[in-house]
Amino acid sequence: MSFDNAYESLIDHEDTHWAFGTGFTEALAGVDRDVPDVDRADLAAYCLMLGDDALILSHRLAEWCSRAPELEEDVALANIALDLLGQARLLLTRAGEVEGGGRDEDALAFLRDERDLLNVHLAEIECGPFAGGDFATTMARLLVFSSWKIAQYSRLRGSADPVLAAVAAKGLKELAYHRDHAAQWVVRLGDGTDESHKRMQAGLERVWPFLDELFAPSPVETRLAGVAVDPAELRSEVDGVLDTVLSAAGLTRPADVPAARVNGRAGRDGVHTEAFGYLLAEMQHLHRSLPGAKW
Amino acid sequence: MEVAARVRDPELPVLTLADLGVLRDVTEEDGRVSVTITPTYSGCPALDEMGADLRRSLLAAGFAAVDVRLSLSPAWTTDWISEDGLRKLREAGIAPPSRLGPRSTGPVPLNLTPPSQRVSCPRCGSFRTSELSRFGSTACKALRRCADCAEPFEHVKEI
Repeated sequence: MSFDNAYESLIDHEDTHWAFGTGFTEALAGVDRDVPDVDRADLAAYCLMLGDDALILSHRLAEWCSRAPELEEDVALANIALDLLGQARLLLTRAGEVEGGGRDEDALAFLRDERDLLNVHLAEIECGPFAGGDFATTMARLLVFSSWKIAQYSRLRGSADPVLAAVAAKGLKELAYHRDHAAQWVVRLGDGTDESHKRMQAGLERVWPFLDELFAPSPVETRLAGVAVDPAELRSEVDGVLDTVLSAAGLTRPADVPAARVNGRAGRDGVHTEAFGYLLAEMQHLHRSLPGAKW
Repeated sequence: MEVAARVRDPELPVLTLADLGVLRDVTEEDGRVSVTITPTYSGCPALDEMGADLRRSLLAAGFAAVDVRLSLSPAWTTDWISEDGLRKLREAGIAPPSRLGPRSTGPVPLNLTPPSQRVSCPRCGSFRTSELSRFGSTACKALRRCADCAEPFEHVKEI
């Protein structure tokens, strides 16, 4: 069969074909869901940590849609956000299932309050397009985030939890081209004009204080040995990747001055930055105003 | 199996789900069909449509009940698109992915320059094509342009 137009074949379908956006099924229907022999509350919390990282960065990237420097970049950032949202749906669904309290992915994404979200600060900080940000800062964040996630998911493929292992193996392929995209922009801007170099360096300075948190093990991760990845193990691999990119871009590695914690607590403990409340208000308001809204 | 294999992909309608390689298993017992599909990308919005289309087609074909199951592992790769599928893509003006072959599970390579792969223009066959953007209208496609016939075209990128 051949078509002059790739979409011609759609015409033969009945009207019911046009059902995009409604009737979404559960994300994990039919996946092998054996729960390993560990504390269920810990496993649920770990799934939330990973799911929230992906969900919140997905939201931040989606903010760029229609505001990026060029049309192709609108599409690129929206695509990357969509991949992360897909990963988040699987992880939040797993969290709800392991928790056993009947909360689904929507309840977890839209009905939890700030203190119950467990993402790292790097995912939530404002890096543009709004106040305090710049496209270069967003690329700096995406480079650091995806380099860290690649190191984490590579190891998570061997997790004793079959769902986490499967999500990691699949997500890894996506993260690989997210990192390439960010790295290529960092090189292009760092090795570009004086102005682009200056702004790329400033972007790195903005995100660097949030690096330290990525490698600090939370008690949940420590207790879940065999299921969770120890973040402290990831540091040298991530540092190596970042140094390679920075050196190709002619940029200077910022000094390692970690952002202050609140009584030793940060994102994994549900303690967030000031910008986070605004993010959640925008992300959750529709579902909270009109619960279960569909269109 | 035949009914399920004929269902088309909602976003690449020139391909059937079997061509795309997302149809992993079909079993039947006493008129109850169980179909297993795998997502192409984690966030692929077409997945729910595929499930709904499969359910509708199988019910219309007279089966009493249909279960659509999702399998995440092993993860989908463009290597699972059939030879027939590659040909149909090319005929529809979409450059098909090249074959990747077995890959290592070692470190993920970092690419600091865009890939300089050889992709031929689906309209004129020229290899003088360049990537405009790695991200296109759907998660699975990149945008390219042909330097000889000047046509922009889509390319199903290798994953």
